[in-house]
Amino acid sequence: MKKDEVPQDSDNLHEGSFKQIMYAVDNSGNYVQVQSSGWEPENIALTQAWEEVNEKVAAAKVLVQSGEISPIAYYMEKNLMDLALLANYVGKFQWQVKRHMKPAVFRRLSDKMLQRYADAFKISKDDLLHIK
Amino acid sequence: MNNHQFRHTQTAHCESGVISNLLGHHGLKISEPMAFGIGAGIFFAHLPFVKVNGVPGTTYRIWPGAIFQRVCKRLGVKMETAKFSSPEKGMAALDRVVAGGSPVGLLSSVYYLPYFPPSYRFHFNAHNLVVYGKRDDQYLVSDPVMDTVTEIDPDSLAQARFAKGFPAPKGKMYYPVHVPGKASFEKPIKEGIAQTCHYMLKIPFPMFGVKGIRFLANRVKDYPEKVGERKSALYLGNVIRMQEEIGTGGAGFRFVYAAFLQESAVLLNKPELSRLATELTQAGDLWRNFAFSAGRVCKSRSANNVSYKELSEMLIQCAAAEETFFKKLAKI
Repeated sequence: MKKDEVPQDSDNLHEGSFKQIMYAVDNSGNYVQVQSSGWEPENIALTQAWEEVNEKVAAAKVLVQSGEISPIAYYMEKNLMDLALLANYVGKFQWQVKRHMKPAVFRRLSDKMLQRYADAFKISKDDLLHIK
Repeated sequence: MNNHQFRHTQTAHCESGVISNLLGHHGLKISEPMAFGIGAGIFFAHLPFVKVNGVPGTTYRIWPGAIFQRVCKRLGVKMETAKFSSPEKGMAALDRVVAGGSPVGLLSSVYYLPYFPPSYRFHFNAHNLVVYGKRDDQYLVSDPVMDTVTEIDPDSLAQARFAKGFPAPKGKMYYPVHVPGKASFEKPIKEGIAQTCHYMLKIPFPMFGVKGIRFLANRVKDYPEKVGERKSALYLGNVIRMQEEIGTGGAGFRFVYAAFLQESAVLLNKPELSRLATELTQAGDLWRNFAFSAGRVCKSRSANNVSYKELSEMLIQCAAAEETFFKKLAKI
């Protein structure tokens, strides 16, 4: 990659201000550091990853509202977590967290357990009970 | 509290950047590419069974922490490292060392670093940064991939240092206790190159090194058939991200390594290394062509087998170029 080929495909993903370092060769063939504001393929891949997240969040929200799953499943997606990671944060086994995703089980969770989930998601207990 | 001078230099990659900045602070000047090369950072692996959010893992670099260990060992740097059982202990220890005037390297999760643009904040637990002071209860941060120094509040820093998941950073912190004033790079460079060639050419498993690139090529070819249109695009997107997202210096670290070879050519007085650097630059350009086409395929979401076959062929070209390159490098 030549110095003047360093991509500058900026988009709002990085809020315009964020520039990363690339290594490229100058006219005499020597490597130099050049700032890049982004590149199309990377932007596409990153956008795609976020679309996937957003779709999962939206789907979970619908299921929570129709009473099929508990808010835990929604917040898990919203925090980009998977079952293993969430279980790790609340100090439970995965099958237990999975169980807590059933609305009937969720309703009977102790205050202490709810607080642990709220802490893992960095939200208040009230937000955990009522998703927005 | 104190506010020690710390010279922040923006780098491409966090681990080699922290090494370069930390050792530079202690008077040992080492560039980012040099740290990356001595630490034998360049690599390739495709691990379909290691899934991150359901997507097979691909890496263009050696596992986190390896560059660090190798550079310290090869240059004779003594590093004090510590992990902690609780955030309280970890933060207290950090305060102690920083108050003593030593900048401290920290392992952290990107997800909890508020100064990053939200679009980058995934649960990536192997990010390195330096805390070099504390002012008005805020930690002064030199994050090597950031343009300038920044600050972070204690709560966020504690969360980032004690994030859960794999690998759990457990508050890992490190700081040099002995840095040789002057180190000869000659032997470390040779050791680094030898190790890199070994890792790229000799690992007897299909997922690693040059073989790994062919392995990925084979799998990419069958993506549409095996996992369907949607997942194909996601899988491919992840390969692009590992190759081009922040921290790679472009073309999955190939350019950083070429810069290292160029610097080494002068230090060792071996012009053939400089020629090999040019060759690796060309291989890097092949990788970028691949990323560009792969990006287009992702965007169009047209999972026709032809495009995936073409991408697979591009990967095979990359593999061939790298095989030739590393075989030549191994002979030097």
